[in-house]
Amino acid sequence: MATTDQSYAADEPYEFYIEPGAHGSDEHHEPGTMLGFWLYLMSDCLIFGILFAVYAVLGTNYAAGPSPADLFEIEAILLSTVFLLLSSITYGFAVINMQQRNQGGMTVWLLVTLAFGLGFLFMELREFSHLWHIGAGPGASAFLSSFWLLVGTHGLHVTFGCIWLVVLLIQVQMHGLTPANTRRTLCLSLFWHFLDLIWIGVFSFVYLTGVLL
Amino acid sequence: MSADHHHTDESHGSYRSYIIGFLLSVVLTAIPFWVVLGEPDISLGWALAIIFVLGAAQIMVHIHYFLHVTVKAEGGWQAMSLIFSVMLLVIVLSGSLWIMFHLDENMMPAHEQIERVRNLP
Repeated sequence: MATTDQSYAADEPYEFYIEPGAHGSDEHHEPGTMLGFWLYLMSDCLIFGILFAVYAVLGTNYAAGPSPADLFEIEAILLSTVFLLLSSITYGFAVINMQQRNQGGMTVWLLVTLAFGLGFLFMELREFSHLWHIGAGPGASAFLSSFWLLVGTHGLHVTFGCIWLVVLLIQVQMHGLTPANTRRTLCLSLFWHFLDLIWIGVFSFVYLTGVLL
Repeated sequence: MSADHHHTDESHGSYRSYIIGFLLSVVLTAIPFWVVLGEPDISLGWALAIIFVLGAAQIMVHIHYFLHVTVKAEGGWQAMSLIFSVMLLVIVLSGSLWIMFHLDENMMPAHEQIERVRNLP
């Protein structure tokens, strides 16, 4: 039994793992972590895909309650979209500054990103509290249940992204651009851009389509 | 920029690529919002088609210019896992919609239909 295991290991040079040197000469790039975080994002993508499917199925069941055209303010959604899009590019600038080892520039761009992220959250909370107060909470209809679930999950992600951003800023202030902090910044970069990508689906499918139908 | 290009990972972008991606995103966001807010004289079908096609295009722009997914990154596993996820999403989304909007296919005929058949000459 033991010999067969050994011969199996010897005969099969199949390498089902990522080679440490496969990323080039990037010394601040720990192998595997970025790919692992990417895989997490892909699983998150599946969660959002399922929530989109739920909304697609239930999104027109108004239960004699309000419909998207009655509830959504597209101008406010446009402002939220602008905030999130701007935060994406400012995060990109922060990453570029980090790669140029410019900690001051990186901090400034991260703070700008945080401001836009908080602006987005403010707009979302404003919309949610408005909906709640006019009686369009998640219990009002199947449409509103799936709407609150989908948009709320995205909003929760942005909230945790902002918390992560604050923690990252503190870490960078305390320890500087260490390899660990660089890795964290790149992971949050993926997370942040991914949330912007999900928001494209939300504003196209939920808000714009909802108002037209 | 080019002096430190050899030791920065090329897959994390430059000012140029971020700005190109941003400008494309602005255009691809502005047109769908204009379709809704500007109330142009187009049919509902065309409006929906514009929103969905441009939304999909903007997602591709983000994947390329912001997430920097390339075929070679992470030994190909990044692109591979993305394609796998997209495949699962297509199955889940199209399958759910197909099933949920055809639940009535094998139902008993409704009362009006029975009446209509009964009153046939």
